Amino acid sequence: MEVMLHITTLHYLVLGAALFLLGVIGVLTRRNVVIVLMSIELILNAVNLNLVAFSRLWGGQHGQIFAIFVITDAAAEAAVGLGILIAFFRNKETINIDEVNLLKW
Amino acid sequence: MAPIATPFFFYLLSAMMLVGGILVITQKNAVHSALALIVTLLAQAAIYLMLYAPFVAAVQIVLYAGGIMVLFLFVIMLVNIDRSLKEKQFNSQWWVGIIAATGLGGLFVAVYTKGKNIFPERVLSVAEADNTQKVASLLYGQYMFAFEIASLLLLVAIIGAVVMAKKKI
Repeated sequence: MEVMLHITTLHYLVLGAALFLLGVIGVLTRRNVVIVLMSIELILNAVNLNLVAFSRLWGGQHGQIFAIFVITDAAAEAAVGLGILIAFFRNKETINIDEVNLLKW
Repeated sequence: MAPIATPFFFYLLSAMMLVGGILVITQKNAVHSALALIVTLLAQAAIYLMLYAPFVAAVQIVLYAGGIMVLFLFVIMLVNIDRSLKEKQFNSQWWVGIIAATGLGGLFVAVYTKGKNIFPERVLSVAEADNTQKVASLLYGQYMFAFEIASLLLLVAIIGAVVMAKKKI
């Protein structure tokens, strides 16, 4: 009970780990490309949570700066990924990720 | 001002985030997934506030829940086909997913049970009022070069997205 009532950095890390696992399961098992991209956003958010929690732990702002850069990367990744998705949909008329197999040998 | 009722709000927001995450990966309709993801992102912004990071919380709401999710919803509306709702939603690799998730989860549990004692018991006290000023002076001082590279990355991403989505190059 004592562990439950005093919120430490470890609590935030466990929350981040749970969110990361949800994202990994989504990436590996879903067939809809849009939902796979959203699962990648979940993973990036889990990392951000860890960065900000450690920033709080050490009392500095460097982790928050890194989290802002990760958010920038997520924006770039979402823009390019969704552009690729639109090109793929135009060519194949589907958004099933199992159909993306041109590079498979 | 110290946060009020930290355990209560932590568990409330964690529950919101985890339920939202589970809905993201289990919903059939991609629009419902996107709405669940927005709930997760907003709860996470509130958790950033609990961690004394108001600027990151504001960026999370404006950029993530505002910008990126609108982009997602646009694309879902563009490519949403009724056929994909009738198809099987999960591929046949669910056992790979289970193995990877249990492996990673076991790794997390092992690391956190073994390594939890290396964290300092008390978190350092931070100045609450000038967080945004400190972030700004770091961003435009020590991290100036990374900031410029990030702007270049965004430019490349814009051009890449336009080229990818163009009908004829």
